Amino acid sequence: MIYNGIAGSEGIAAGKAYIIKNSQTEIDTIAVASDAIETELDKLSEGIELSRVQLIRLKEKVEKELDESKAQIFEAHRMMLEDPEFIEAVRDEITTNSFSAAYAVKKVTENYLTIFEQIEDDYMRERAADIKDVSSRLTRNILGISSWDLFSIGSPVIIVAHDLTPSDTAMMNKEYVLGFTTDVGGSTSHTAIMARSLGIPAVLGLGHISSEIKDGDDLIIDGIEGKLIVNPDKQQKEDYNRRISELQARRKELAKTASLPAVTLDGKRVEISCNIGMPDDIKHGEANGADGVGLFRTEFLYMNHHTLPTEDEQYEQYRKAAELLQGKPLIVRTLDIGGDKKLPYLPIPEELNPFLGWRAIRICLERRDIFKTQLRAILRASGHGNIFIMFPMISGVGEVREAKNVLEETKEELRKEQIPFDESIRVGIMVEIPSAAMTADAIAKEVDFFSIGTNDLCQYALAVDRMNPKVAGLYQPLHPGILRLIKNVIDASHKHGKFTGMCGEMAGTEEACIVLLGLGLDEFSMSAAAIPNIKNIVRTVTLKQAEEIANQALELATPEEVLEFSRNKLNEIRRDLL
Amino acid sequence: MISKVITITNQTGLHARPASVFVSTASKFKSELFIQKDAKKVNAKSILAVLALGISKGTEITLTAEGTDEEDAVAAILALAEANFNE
Repeated sequence: MIYNGIAGSEGIAAGKAYIIKNSQTEIDTIAVASDAIETELDKLSEGIELSRVQLIRLKEKVEKELDESKAQIFEAHRMMLEDPEFIEAVRDEITTNSFSAAYAVKKVTENYLTIFEQIEDDYMRERAADIKDVSSRLTRNILGISSWDLFSIGSPVIIVAHDLTPSDTAMMNKEYVLGFTTDVGGSTSHTAIMARSLGIPAVLGLGHISSEIKDGDDLIIDGIEGKLIVNPDKQQKEDYNRRISELQARRKELAKTASLPAVTLDGKRVEISCNIGMPDDIKHGEANGADGVGLFRTEFLYMNHHTLPTEDEQYEQYRKAAELLQGKPLIVRTLDIGGDKKLPYLPIPEELNPFLGWRAIRICLERRDIFKTQLRAILRASGHGNIFIMFPMISGVGEVREAKNVLEETKEELRKEQIPFDESIRVGIMVEIPSAAMTADAIAKEVDFFSIGTNDLCQYALAVDRMNPKVAGLYQPLHPGILRLIKNVIDASHKHGKFTGMCGEMAGTEEACIVLLGLGLDEFSMSAAAIPNIKNIVRTVTLKQAEEIANQALELATPEEVLEFSRNKLNEIRRDLL
Repeated sequence: MISKVITITNQTGLHARPASVFVSTASKFKSELFIQKDAKKVNAKSILAVLALGISKGTEITLTAEGTDEEDAVAAILALAEANFNE
């Protein structure tokens, strides 16, 4: 059986299915006979004990192997599990209503959820999610269903889920995860980004796949074509095994040259950098030959916290990143929260269109306290390496000036306090709103560089919600309209002697590479795993060839034509090399 | 039985981390511990009940303790409240 989905991350893998069910566990027995009540109470106690042991073990493991803030989640879960009121209420449902232990847990959980979900507070809503989590762990333990503790996966598997959250992927024992397949999500969802950074395939947007296949089913996941094959026949297995070994050989081959610079045959050097969420990601980037960091997504520092991270906490992280890079560039993007990213301690009012709402620089310009704390931390770290500051979600010159004013005020404060920082620190913006791309010539006078954020730029320019599987197909970075916007940005920056990078996923796709090179892109920033391939492509062409290809691509009418054209050109170039 | 009125002065109130710290401390004692806000009185050892009270900064709560270590329990919680729950 072959399913077609969205190719979220390249690569092919074969392995057993490992289903993660976030949904309700089926409870067959609601009520029990009166002489079975004691048994149900015992089942409850055993279930609680088993869950308690699991949570303690998980906490210890995560503390040791990840970090303490993530381990706190399990501590919170344990407190809820051992809540005397909760346990008493469940016991009461069993003894007075003769409910089965599992059903009693369900009833009591529902009561608490009603209370918690009614409270207009993001923190409480998140605790509601914790209650659900604890309750489903307890229910599974009562029913004797094995728990999917992502941390304790002990053999190679392909993860099958409705959707994966950052905390799911953080807990995974990545050594054994061969690939991801999910019901929802597109090529720029969290799952896809995570898969690409791990260098494993992902096929997303498969509808109801998580309820259609069973644990242990044989799967082949093809992240190049966006296909999932369930219980393949002998022929399919043989075909794919051959392709997997070809791909592995190719990866090995590319790895050999990953540390070489990306220079075209006629001597044009471009920077190939990596995108990171935490300083430690730099190691992965450098292993793949990154020339620096083109995007440090600082929101992860905020998302891993219970309260706003302090100036010192942030400073430590920025400094660590700068030092790890040993003078290579580090572009730090200021807080990009809002849209689909929420902070439990920073309430954002319900919005009809969160992606068009209160997010990123719009929040920072209003909450100057948050903005200044971050800028102070970045500036202080700037003395320890080669740091660039980048503002996200800029729509025009006005916001650039306003943000720069805040930066100036912050610098002045530091000077007064005699705290050293890099006085010549360079400042740039993310170009992700079409109006910024169109007025790039005016903005270029105000900044030192641009970095094109293609994920949002495409979403805004093409009016496509990339998370909606119904329209995700219209999300086409090679749309001629997008290419023209990109060209406009690059040309404007060069006219003013500035540089343009790209930190959206487009920068790491091989079909776009030569066209972007030809348009004059100076820096490509991508997930670490994509770097060796992109560097290799840059080294196979001349700048002159790339410019011709870009010019021809700009003349084409549809995204499909551009895609076919650039694929053909890439194949021609590769063939000529052999 | 001892009763004490406490004004919550820390920024977050009995919420998030301070709530966990409060409940963990209360759970260390054998005595029965309750907190009351307005007409609602709940078990101070229940994180779910304490969170559901929604106690914000400036709220007055009444702490009641009954049991063999009631004095120690009240003293420990008072000290914690004065230290703003280590926020």
